[in-house]
Amino acid sequence: MTAGNGAGPRPTYSFTDLEEDELSGAGRIVPSGPGAQGEVDLTATYLGMHLRSPVVASSSPLTGQIASLQALDAAGVGAVVLPSLFEEQLEHESQEVDRFLGLSSDVNPEATYGYAPVFEDYNRGSVQYLNLIREAKAELDVPVIASLNGSTTGGWTEYAKMLTNAGADAIELNIYQVAADPDRGGRDVEAETLDVVRDVVGACDVPVAVKLSPYWSALGAFAQRLVGEGAAGLVLFNRFYQPDIDLETLAVGPRLVLSNSEELRLPLRWMAMLHGRIDASLAATTGIHEPTDVVKVLLAGANVAMTTSAVLRHGPGHAATLVDGLRAWMEARDYASVEQMTGSVSQRSVTDPAAFERANYLQALTKYSSEYVT
Amino acid sequence: MPPLCIDGNEAVARVAYALSESVAIYPITPASPMGEYADAWSAAEQPNLWGAVPGVLEMQSEAGAAGALHGAVQAGSLGTTFTASQGLLLMLPNMFKIAGELTPAVIHVAARTIATHALSIFGDHSDVMAARTTGWTMLASSTPQEAHDLAAVAHAATLSTRLPVLHFFDGFRTSHEINIVEPLVDDDLHAMISNDDLIAHRRRSMDPEHPSLRGTAQNPDVFFQAREACNPFYDAVPAAVQGAMDTLAERTGRRYNLVDYHGAPDADRVIVLMGSGSEAVREVVDHLVDTGEKVGMLVVRLFRPFPTAAFLAAMPETATRIAVLDRTKEPGAPGEPLHEDVVQTLATAVMTGDLAELPDVIGGRYGLSSKEFTPSMVASVFAELAAEKPKRRFTVGIVDDVTNLSLPTLSDFELPRPEGELSAVFFGMGSDGTVGANKNTAKIMAESTGQHVQAYFVYDSKKSGATTVSHLRFSPEPIHSTYLVEQADVVACHQFGLLEKLEMLSVVRPGGTVLLNVPFPPEEVWDRLPADVQELLMERDLKLFAIDGFGTARAAGLGGRISTVMQVAFFVASGLMPMDEALQAIESAAEKTYAAHGPLVVNRNIEAIRAAADGVTQIDIPQKVTSSWQRPGAIERALEIRSVTSDDVTELFERVTARIIEGEGDLLPVSALPIDGTFETGTARWEKRALASEIPIWDPDLCIDCGKCAIVCPHAAIQIKVFEGDALDDAPDTFLCKPFKDRDMSDHLLTVQVAPDDCTGCGVCVEACPAVSKESVGHQAIDMEPADEHRDRERDNFRFFETIPYPDRTTINMNTTKHTQTLQPLFEFSGACAGCGETPYIKLMTQLFGDRTVIANATGCSSIYGGNLPTTPYGTNAAGRGPAWSNSLFEDNAEFGLGIRMGIDDQRAIAEHLLGVLAGQLGDDLVESLLAGSGAGDEQGLADQRERVEELRRRLADVNGDLDASARQLESLSGVLVRRDVWIVGGDGWAYDIGFGGLDHLFASGADVNVLVLDTEGYSNTGGQASKATSRGAVARFATSGKPTPKKDLGLLAMQYGSVYIAQIAMGANERQTIKAFREAEEWSGPSLLLAYSTCIAHGVDMRHSMDRMDLAVKTGYWPLFRFHPGAEEGTRPFKLDSKPPSQPVDDFLTTEGRFAVLERSDPERAAYLRGLAASDVKERWSYYEQLAGVERRLTDDTEVSS
Repeated sequence: MTAGNGAGPRPTYSFTDLEEDELSGAGRIVPSGPGAQGEVDLTATYLGMHLRSPVVASSSPLTGQIASLQALDAAGVGAVVLPSLFEEQLEHESQEVDRFLGLSSDVNPEATYGYAPVFEDYNRGSVQYLNLIREAKAELDVPVIASLNGSTTGGWTEYAKMLTNAGADAIELNIYQVAADPDRGGRDVEAETLDVVRDVVGACDVPVAVKLSPYWSALGAFAQRLVGEGAAGLVLFNRFYQPDIDLETLAVGPRLVLSNSEELRLPLRWMAMLHGRIDASLAATTGIHEPTDVVKVLLAGANVAMTTSAVLRHGPGHAATLVDGLRAWMEARDYASVEQMTGSVSQRSVTDPAAFERANYLQALTKYSSEYVT
Repeated sequence: MPPLCIDGNEAVARVAYALSESVAIYPITPASPMGEYADAWSAAEQPNLWGAVPGVLEMQSEAGAAGALHGAVQAGSLGTTFTASQGLLLMLPNMFKIAGELTPAVIHVAARTIATHALSIFGDHSDVMAARTTGWTMLASSTPQEAHDLAAVAHAATLSTRLPVLHFFDGFRTSHEINIVEPLVDDDLHAMISNDDLIAHRRRSMDPEHPSLRGTAQNPDVFFQAREACNPFYDAVPAAVQGAMDTLAERTGRRYNLVDYHGAPDADRVIVLMGSGSEAVREVVDHLVDTGEKVGMLVVRLFRPFPTAAFLAAMPETATRIAVLDRTKEPGAPGEPLHEDVVQTLATAVMTGDLAELPDVIGGRYGLSSKEFTPSMVASVFAELAAEKPKRRFTVGIVDDVTNLSLPTLSDFELPRPEGELSAVFFGMGSDGTVGANKNTAKIMAESTGQHVQAYFVYDSKKSGATTVSHLRFSPEPIHSTYLVEQADVVACHQFGLLEKLEMLSVVRPGGTVLLNVPFPPEEVWDRLPADVQELLMERDLKLFAIDGFGTARAAGLGGRISTVMQVAFFVASGLMPMDEALQAIESAAEKTYAAHGPLVVNRNIEAIRAAADGVTQIDIPQKVTSSWQRPGAIERALEIRSVTSDDVTELFERVTARIIEGEGDLLPVSALPIDGTFETGTARWEKRALASEIPIWDPDLCIDCGKCAIVCPHAAIQIKVFEGDALDDAPDTFLCKPFKDRDMSDHLLTVQVAPDDCTGCGVCVEACPAVSKESVGHQAIDMEPADEHRDRERDNFRFFETIPYPDRTTINMNTTKHTQTLQPLFEFSGACAGCGETPYIKLMTQLFGDRTVIANATGCSSIYGGNLPTTPYGTNAAGRGPAWSNSLFEDNAEFGLGIRMGIDDQRAIAEHLLGVLAGQLGDDLVESLLAGSGAGDEQGLADQRERVEELRRRLADVNGDLDASARQLESLSGVLVRRDVWIVGGDGWAYDIGFGGLDHLFASGADVNVLVLDTEGYSNTGGQASKATSRGAVARFATSGKPTPKKDLGLLAMQYGSVYIAQIAMGANERQTIKAFREAEEWSGPSLLLAYSTCIAHGVDMRHSMDRMDLAVKTGYWPLFRFHPGAEEGTRPFKLDSKPPSQPVDDFLTTEGRFAVLERSDPERAAYLRGLAASDVKERWSYYEQLAGVERRLTDDTEVSS
């Protein structure tokens, strides 16, 4: 099955037909439309912010240091998302500092002052994070998005306000939870999340995006409700650090595995399905490794493509590869702007919207068998 | 500036820091905090009075600190140091020099007892009195305020007089007492310090622009004259000091004189003294004068040069009887120092006609080692002065039934209670935050109400399960009571279990209040009290309040820290302040205290505060005793839970040790105490402290007989026995065992037994246990379970376990964990911290060699948990053999141990000589076998030699006539014919720093001694100061901003001798390597050095994971394991790396230790920088070791390897 040609105002084609060599301009499909000549406009609009490119550096250790943030900036990213500020981690660290400072003080007549030197001030995690925001704002040309993972109702709003006050251009709420409580149904979990979004939106005067996992039932409807509570954007999807068992110690612990391009398919589908259906920006994350991945998610409807694993793997300079590749692809097809291509292959735009729903897997299987099974 | 609520150390340090440019420091209790403050302020770049940040330099010893001070002041700097006790003694040589060169310098001394028959960390003047011949001006302070003020006088006077000043105040009583201090501001200090004097000091400095020669050697022709040339400077001191005091008075209104008189102008009886005791005397004088008695007191503030004129001027002419009180003892002297000075001054005045008649002057000793000095004791001194024939020399505060020098304490003497005063005593445990809460309470009262406050804290000597007693006073009037609260309005017991163990309610005033932290509902409180407590509550008409402190704290997320909860409860029970004001003040204080800990901690404390206010309940006292149980004494408690009869308790234990355990040590008379400080061993087993809330419970079905639980147990509270089946005949039904998995002992059974009343509940055994249930990984062969559910049963089991004999040592495979752990530990149930990383090594050493070991123990943690009264963990086996233990000093432990070795060897040489002399009577066969067996170190050889020595003694009994004297001599020496090991034990502060010179000499000596360095990488005992064993990047006291230099490699240094056996070990990483290293060290006939990584609470880790930390240290290359065997033959490689190349980044270790991680919070950039360097240190060290491991032995000649 192939997508129809020229059925609408924008070019349409199958994602699976996009190949690396197309970036060289030798592609088989020649799009038509305005802006076929001249400099392409890479600017994008995300959360109401005007970005110079749709490639955004997502939360990662690289966005936690000024030097690598600057490198990302230099590589042409449109915005940066700082690492998530985890409320639980802050609480944990606070408790650890408390424990260390209180450690065995007033126990022993020879160590009545405890074992730790007393500092006037311990720069707790939040303070460091706020400093990072301030420094990033001062040093970077692109918007700085702060990411927050709260664990308490008060914590979400309290820390969101702190991040805003420190100068963050936008807040990304990192909804990271495993709904394992057998006594709490999906409705409860959704309601709680909606409360958080409402509270944070009400407490902050900057746009708020919500980063979700794919494990919500009726994601489309839930996305709509999130937007109804004021979410200015959705970031799809969160990748959980899944637990693993160490066979030496039989201990259970998290294991980090970087994503690959194959994981793009899930966000891709949801970009396409939500584009134009909800009144919010869309950011695709997970699986953005190659310029083609950026192209795909934009075509599917993402306003920005967020990349983490690829820049972690290849370094901040990889962002430039993505931006340049996007530009090359657009130039080759005479795209005038990112805006022009955004969502051009979304569910609403393609001739057969069902392709993004159930039928897509059939297509994949068919192609698989046709290529490898004779 | 508002008044401060601080202790004496901080009061002094603030002034000393402001007026110094160069500060040399070294830790010693109770002066360490002054150095810690200076280091912390310097790290925070806090300026001194002149806007510069003083340099603070930690030295390797007090001798080093004094040397550095000497150099600094010679270079023209304003130099200061802080010290006490032995530390001051180590400074003496330089003190003579500094004074002889007329160089300004100041030493602030928190005066502390000098070790004699025993060490004591507490306060008296024996240290400063030993320094009185150095030529330093000596100033004495009595209170934190005085110490603050006279510190400024000291710095001013040293500049104006050119003579160095030793400023001292009483250790603990003043150094650690929290009181109100009106701080001197910069303008005050500027007014006191002469700029001209400062410039003149700098002009005298060693300066190549104006070169000079000092420190010459002089001959008999001129030395004497030159020594007398300084006299005018001493003559000028009293006026100069008084001048500084006068300036201070002008600025602050606080007047001090060289000698201050207080009392009736026409007093006939006068007490003369120095230091904090004068405050107690002042109270008594005021009271007696009010009642019409003609008494007074004279406080000497300038002790050297002794201000004779001021003294005579201050002493009322009417004084006919004078008692001079010295807080020191000078055995053999006609009088103690101040007494002699006073007599000399008065006698001279009579001789010169300045005084008409010589008063009757008697001298007494008081308050040694912080012994209480109370108003009733003062009253007894005045009473003695009124006696027809007063004792010429006396003591007060003790009962001397040997030389009968003591004065009877007037038990019925009572001072009137100051209007509006409230006093309170709190009993808590070290880890529960009681002391911290009380410090906060004192500050709240001082800041919110303007009341005068005093807070003083008493700790016991245990490092785990230590009890703390807080003494607080609040009063609208200044508080002069420099003694513990004797009658309290409120007594608070913060740990219900202590109510059973300690006599705490006798101190509560009739009509007073008792506050209990109870782990049960209010309605159960009354019935759960011991009968004697119920009686006392009724008799004294006391009010009783209770709160579930732990429940409240836990609910607020504060875990076991009940500090803020009990603080609120105290305010409720005491009515000290209106509750709404109190709550506001407590919340505000909590916000301040915990601000640095993070908002979460602040919020939880505030939540706890609010919950506590509602949680306090007043309990009705029903006026009838409903309880039937009385609190048991130490012996009763021990007898109840051990398989002993009262016959097994030694007479000394019953008469002395048990009473000390019971808190009745103050009541023991002189005759009760050993005359030379010698105590019996094996006494910790009688304490039965029952500290643990959880104890390990064994599941034999899962156990794999590895012995890990026993070897890692810091308290020997898990022990293993292997036995034959018939040993179980009388076993309780609950006693568990399993077949022993061993080829040679297949018919034996094994049991793993917890000592439930000796376990601290640290959980180290559980973390070390490798045997996990196949069905549920959460269940192991040992799990921690609630002690209450298992204690009774395990007591029965342990009682039976103790009756099973230990195995024959000759049958034990000494190379394996599981076999060595069936050996009897001759070190058990120490008071070390729960999870201590040091004690497992000592315990293992005693299992392997304890029956033939003499231990020289450096001062430090190991000497405190090893030998601090009341009990010792060192014990004996069934034959009565066990480690003989002694502590000499901190600095000389290597030399001490070397001397022990020399003493033993020299005696053995005599014994061997006498064997030859008596061979005819004893039989050549026996003599030859004795001579051949005297070096035998294997178990069979030792057993055989012991038998031969027994035979020798039998045969010597029959020798008489001309050879009788030789026979008796040999008999007395016969014990040394059996091999004796010398183990020299100490921490890294000793081995790397203060004792390194001696240790180095020991390495060079070739002597057969074994050195065990318990390396915690810092001065653990004195509060975690950095040593040269501290790693780069670690934060410690004295290294507030992270230690910038790498850890010293002591092993490599020792290796350069080529004749020292060296092993770096970490039990938690590889216990078999540890065992092997111990055995090789003991077998090596020259010096041996074991560097044992020891996890410590100062590392900021969960001590339950004590052994895991060692494992990670090794895996990351932070602590490589190696052995260097100097006995290696030509062509072999003597250095063996026993650990694998680092398999994890060292960051994994560093970032999970509080001591490194905390720098990340305070100074992330420096933390990252130092962590990078620390990682490089690890890599470089590993690389070097790898190369060393490839180096082959090349002997320089064909002689045998040196030993």
